[in-house]
Amino acid sequence: MSQHRQSATHKQSSSPANVIEVCEVSKRFGTVTALDGVSFAVRRGLVTGMVGPNGAGKSTVLRVILGLHRPDTGRALVDGRPYRDLSRPLTRVGSLLDASALHPARSARSHLRWLAHSQGIRATQADRLLERVGLASAARRRCGGFSLGMRQRLGLAAALLADPAAVLLDEPFNGLDPEGIVWMRELLAGLAAEGRAVLVSSHLIGELQQVAQHLIVLGTGRVLADAPVAELLTAQGPERADLEGVYFRLTQNAVRYQSSNAWRQA
Amino acid sequence: MSFLHQLRAEWAKFHSVRAWILAVLGAAVVTAALGPLNLSTQHAPSGGPGPTLVRGPDGQAVNDSFYFVRRHLAGDGTITARITELSGITVTGPDRVSHEVQGWAKAGIIVKQSLTPGSPYAAIMLTGAHGVRFQDGYTHDTAGPARTVPCWLRLTRSADTVTGEESSDGTHWQRVGSVRIPGLAADAPAGLFVTSPSTVHVAAIDVPQTNPAAAVATFGPVALTGAWTPEPWSGAQFGGLGTSGDYPPGVDGGFTGNADAALTVTGAGDIAPVVGGSVLGNGATVEGFVGGTFAGLIALVVVAALFITTEYRRGLIRTTLAACPRPVRVLGAKTTVVACLGFTAGTLGATVAVLAGHHIADAHGIYTVPVTTPTLLRVEIGTGVLSAAMAVLALALGAVLRSGATAITVVIVATVVPYLLAVSPGLPTVAAQWLLRVTPAAGFAIRQSLPRFAQVDSSYIPPDGYFPLAPWAGAAVLCGYCVVAFTAASFLLRRREV
Repeated sequence: MSQHRQSATHKQSSSPANVIEVCEVSKRFGTVTALDGVSFAVRRGLVTGMVGPNGAGKSTVLRVILGLHRPDTGRALVDGRPYRDLSRPLTRVGSLLDASALHPARSARSHLRWLAHSQGIRATQADRLLERVGLASAARRRCGGFSLGMRQRLGLAAALLADPAAVLLDEPFNGLDPEGIVWMRELLAGLAAEGRAVLVSSHLIGELQQVAQHLIVLGTGRVLADAPVAELLTAQGPERADLEGVYFRLTQNAVRYQSSNAWRQA
Repeated sequence: MSFLHQLRAEWAKFHSVRAWILAVLGAAVVTAALGPLNLSTQHAPSGGPGPTLVRGPDGQAVNDSFYFVRRHLAGDGTITARITELSGITVTGPDRVSHEVQGWAKAGIIVKQSLTPGSPYAAIMLTGAHGVRFQDGYTHDTAGPARTVPCWLRLTRSADTVTGEESSDGTHWQRVGSVRIPGLAADAPAGLFVTSPSTVHVAAIDVPQTNPAAAVATFGPVALTGAWTPEPWSGAQFGGLGTSGDYPPGVDGGFTGNADAALTVTGAGDIAPVVGGSVLGNGATVEGFVGGTFAGLIALVVVAALFITTEYRRGLIRTTLAACPRPVRVLGAKTTVVACLGFTAGTLGATVAVLAGHHIADAHGIYTVPVTTPTLLRVEIGTGVLSAAMAVLALALGAVLRSGATAITVVIVATVVPYLLAVSPGLPTVAAQWLLRVTPAAGFAIRQSLPRFAQVDSSYIPPDGYFPLAPWAGAAVLCGYCVVAFTAASFLLRRREV
């Protein structure tokens, strides 16, 4: 434990650009090892992509960062502190874990307003964010009737509500139409350009291809790669500048849920 | 500071779900309306309006009914009498009568402030089974020696102080009690009295029964000293029969004989506070007015449980805990919201129910047992406390169980079911009383408005509105369950991962 603390302090002092640091985090659920010594940092001003097959541990590591899961060993820090010690956490880290986590009878505006109250920020922020994510016209509608794409937009508004230094988004492209995907990429690039640390998870490497500058590849609970996108592409060789190829090479032995070959051949 | 933020957030969450706000309003409305509505379907007892209850000096309902053989004492003086016999005439079944005397049959000497029923008095008396007593103000009962006949009694008036003494031989006197009656009239009605409450038979399971009973007492020579007005003794039934007295068929109040030798007096009624139960008859009670609390509580329980369980169901709990990573603070804020809403809905509903209930009871010629203002406030605020506590219990169990349907079922099975079992006739009294001691249903005791007195026999059992625990003690049991549930929920919320 003391070892982890030391390394965290060391990393923080050496890299003030790291808003989020995950240090040697392991987490088991029963017999399943969800995370196995995961370490990485999320830096200011970059979009960091986190990719990996289903079951790689992407959602689990996000929950560990947000203090929703306690790691068995290791620790996750936000601004050098555990998330649970933050007094108004949404002003430090905005997150979107599950766009469907809404009360269906509550309006989009009410959803953002209670979040604003919980952080002691002005409730008028709710309307500004709804405007920003393009939901102003649906502000007073019950979000039970929202499409997945609209829920993603609302979730993004919630994540950005308190103007956080870091943004964690779990599969934000799910349910978006092509126009929405382009919009989301531009928004993520804009957030990074504003100096925020942006961590985006996805199981589809293609979604991240044009927006992430840094990539963390997870497979069966381990970090398989943690490098700038440019570096990964260079390593692949000049003839195949394709992230998908990099991804499959990295994860070929680290897939937890795989269809059987027999099925593939058939 | 941050708790207030979370409190504001939880309140914003609550009021932004319209169905929840409507349910709380509905809870207040049914609490206010069901009791009075139920009353409006009742009709006055046949034979016109029911009796008007007499109020005693403290504002509570009293019985002031006895056979009074009186003169007037226009100043200081004493009255001394020997009681040589005290027996009864008690109906024991169809066409059957015994000479058993009721335990709280009373024969003795009384001084009253005036001839208005409900006026202050002081009396020394021999009772059927509880020895000599000195009583005043309807509720005050001082025990003297445990004597039977024959015994001597004396009442002395000195200005506005009245003192009762007793003796076993007519020579050695012992003071039993003394009381000041401010404003005692210059010529106060005073004399001998005999009264007897009806029998109360509380069987283990059956509905309690009452039967008419009268008492017959023979007084030896009556000796007077002091400022007695020169007039003959006159006798009459004073104050009707009240709620707890009734002459057996063929028996009337009256007196025979001579005060200088022996005077035999027959009387029925009681000089005592009105209590509930079988002796009350068809009167309306304040807790009857707030009978709609039940339906209101169910609505509140459902909403309070859903307030947290929907967050688990939708995964919203993660958003909540990401916004406020202190689970106990979240639980505290939610608890505060449902407790305040429950308290407001319950108190407002009960206040309106009491006003409407009195109004409807008057309009239908049904008498209402008067209660003191503190009791009335306790019933109204107590309904709020009960509603708040039930909401908190449902919320905390919702947090523990994470399933709305399960939490709601558990709360209802733990509170409403024991209450209904206990107050419906059919369950043995002992079982009913234990249910109302150890289950959260004990909290319903906060609403009992009917008093209980050792010197008045009645069926003090749950179906008649009598709880084994005192009002606030019952509320404390319910609150104890809330504290346990809240503690368990806090522990689990801190430990669990979401």
